[in-house]
Amino acid sequence: MAQLGVQEKLAILADAAKYDASCASSGTSKRDSRGGKGVGSSEGMGICHAYAPDGRCISLLKILLTNSCIFDCAYCINRKSSNVRRARFTAQEVVQLTLSFYKRNYIEGLFLSSGIIRSSNYTMEQIVEVARSLREDHDFRGYIHLKTIPDADPELVRRAGLHADRVSINVELPTNDGLKQLAPEKSVGQIEEAMLDMKASIADAGDAAKRFKSAPSFAPAGQSTQMIVGADTASDADIVNRSSQLYDRFGLRRVYYSAFSPIPDASAVLPLQRPPLMREHRLYQSDWLMRFYGFRPTEVAETADASGMLPLDIDPKLAWALKFRDRFPVDVNRAPKEQLLRVPGLGTKAVDRILSSRRWRKLRLDDIARLTLSVTKMRPFISTADWSPTLLTDRADLRALVAPKRQQLELFAA
Amino acid sequence: MTEPRRVQLPAPDDFEGWRDAARGLVKAGVLPEAVVWQVPGGVLDLFGEDLPTPPAPSFAVPRAFVDMARSAICHSDPERFALLYAMLWKLRSNRHAMEDRADPLLDRLQRLAKEVRRDAHKMHAFVRFREVEGQGGSRFVAFFEPDHHIVRNEAGFFVRRFANMRWSILTPELSIHWDGKTLSEGPGATRADAPAGDPLEAVWKTYYANIFNPARLKVGAMLKEMPKKYWRNMPETSLVQPLIAGARSRELEMIDRSMAKQGLENALGAERRLEPGSNVRATWEALLTEARGCTRCDLYKCGTQTVFGEGALDAAILFVGEQPGDQEDLAGRPFVGPAGQLFDAALEKAGIDRSTTYVTNAVKHFKFVQRGKKRIHSKPDAGEIEACRWWQESERALIKPAVTVALGATAARSLTGKTLTISRAREAPVTLRDGSECWITVHPSFLLRIPEEERRREERALFVRDLERIKARAAELAT
Repeated sequence: MAQLGVQEKLAILADAAKYDASCASSGTSKRDSRGGKGVGSSEGMGICHAYAPDGRCISLLKILLTNSCIFDCAYCINRKSSNVRRARFTAQEVVQLTLSFYKRNYIEGLFLSSGIIRSSNYTMEQIVEVARSLREDHDFRGYIHLKTIPDADPELVRRAGLHADRVSINVELPTNDGLKQLAPEKSVGQIEEAMLDMKASIADAGDAAKRFKSAPSFAPAGQSTQMIVGADTASDADIVNRSSQLYDRFGLRRVYYSAFSPIPDASAVLPLQRPPLMREHRLYQSDWLMRFYGFRPTEVAETADASGMLPLDIDPKLAWALKFRDRFPVDVNRAPKEQLLRVPGLGTKAVDRILSSRRWRKLRLDDIARLTLSVTKMRPFISTADWSPTLLTDRADLRALVAPKRQQLELFAA
Repeated sequence: MTEPRRVQLPAPDDFEGWRDAARGLVKAGVLPEAVVWQVPGGVLDLFGEDLPTPPAPSFAVPRAFVDMARSAICHSDPERFALLYAMLWKLRSNRHAMEDRADPLLDRLQRLAKEVRRDAHKMHAFVRFREVEGQGGSRFVAFFEPDHHIVRNEAGFFVRRFANMRWSILTPELSIHWDGKTLSEGPGATRADAPAGDPLEAVWKTYYANIFNPARLKVGAMLKEMPKKYWRNMPETSLVQPLIAGARSRELEMIDRSMAKQGLENALGAERRLEPGSNVRATWEALLTEARGCTRCDLYKCGTQTVFGEGALDAAILFVGEQPGDQEDLAGRPFVGPAGQLFDAALEKAGIDRSTTYVTNAVKHFKFVQRGKKRIHSKPDAGEIEACRWWQESERALIKPAVTVALGATAARSLTGKTLTISRAREAPVTLRDGSECWITVHPSFLLRIPEEERRREERALFVRDLERIKARAAELAT
């Protein structure tokens, strides 16, 4: 095979990496390049350096070390039986690419993953070598996210954590059956064991850092995972339950969802259709409800229909409010924070502003309009000094009043 | 009435200067409405007396106010100093005024501060350095155009991040330079002062093109976070249009490739339907290339690109719309936005396969007025319709459709040269100058704008009826 240039390899290995949803660069330790010899800083907030026409943020150089793989997971473009072009970066090529992109302010850092070649340990060693060289040879202080391989030697995984800001292992599919069917070489047990080890290492490093100032940091931005939505038959309720379990058991920072999109040269066992983007969006919304709005997974599941699917036309918070009308209207001048967070249209920031403002004035509808993005949709669910929805909350056609207007396109479907 | 006091600040982002002056004014009991604030480059107020503010003792204000003021002071709004001073007065009488988020003055200031923080964040994200070799090694230079006076404040971010590089950020207002040890300031600059390119940009663009997933096109989400005003100084944005234009076909291609090369067969079939040995396709492609560089009227200056017609070159029905909309302008294809989707649905209902028709517009460039982030459609005038008529007539001369359909008044005017009332004209065909038959009906975007549900239903039924009638007529003429 002819030798490929770096640019050609980049085309192949970036294309192969785009099915990983995460591009986050936030939540790691604060640091900068002063007093060092390299480049890089991180100030808490992630930065999106560009946006692709798919609306996704480009924060990191997200690539695979190689897209050759000895596994044959049906949903993956890089599986053994796929016909895609293969390429492989050397560790030094990735290091140089990361540094030259970083110096031009294109990226926040590197997100490195890889297909599995030779053995899990060999692949993991190569991934760790990139991170080591960046940190030790070049004093790189930007963000590094490494994807770790579940059955690699724990010592290698530990070394990954020493260099990386974030580590992740993909659970891939929401159910055991799905994994067995679509990724026969992977096992739930192994993936979960690796995530538990990681959780322990992160916790240990956290404890040590409290006691010793010089303790080495270990994945200060925590661990995350990803599952694919729409490749198997799992319902939204299954997925929501699974992620809440994952958050509880493994102390994850994030669970990412990736709508399964048609891939070149797809396996015959998969649905060939447009990716279920709205479904993915609703799942993220329910994820937010659980993490920031005090919803329990069972409460999110209550908004799903008999087959366990969330409504696609309205968001899960609105769906919950419509189902439990007796909890509304909420009095914005008296209600506790937990109740305010349940009001459709009120975000966490707006709730904080209401709590702060109402100590100094009796809030009226105008005030709420100033504190939030839009007050119209909220009216049936709140009462203020000059507004009470009275019968509105109980109207049978309330859903039609507050649901987003259907697109004109569907007029012809009737 | 006493003369207003005039305070001259040395720079538009001078928080310390404002703070010292404000202290003095508060001490002297000067009310907010009695102060005029000025900065260099601002509008000069000829009245009022200059006030040298004597140093005054500091007094406590909430931390939240200082944080907000440091950001808001950098805003380009000329009222910012006065608003902050008014807020300061409010705080003197109520220590907790910062907590009352529903207060209109505080709300306005918080919005100013938020806009400045967003601008700063976008600067951190969108500055693009280009490497230049010079004495003492390489140097990285960027040109950036912020909305507010943020550059001096944000220099620290770049120093912390690139402490061991030598770099310059040039902006229209001022330039900042870092030599590895000290930060210095220079005068404003233009894009021409920055280096023209960097070989690595080709590599970066390769990355940008390949990390994009064509199956998940979400142009709105991209534009919300990366508004067009930043595009000029970012190398990768030149790829946006071709990527959008090719997205649906790349996605279909992926599906097609796994479906026994069905797509390729369809395309070949369409080619074979054309007269063997004809030059139709080559002529059409030449026309397309010409049209892309069209400057027959001024509209080419504001739109992204020419949106030419597309479809089967042996079409029996040729649709002429008004002009491309926002999404068509970005995608480079006619009828792909909301009106296009409605049009597709109506065609389907009437039993017309869009791929057997040809769809184009009377005017080939998007005409709009900018309102904030949105580009609002604006009707083409008679001169623009006339200038663009040549393209529409060339397309029709090449395709020779059995029936031409004018969607809306602009298309009707372009085709017939007359201003017609659609409701009357839609009942019977008119004969065009070349002797062919033309039917007139409404534009799909008209159907999008009817507020009453009842009437909307009636009108869309009428539109489908027109399309069915057109389909029958085309079939009749073809036999």
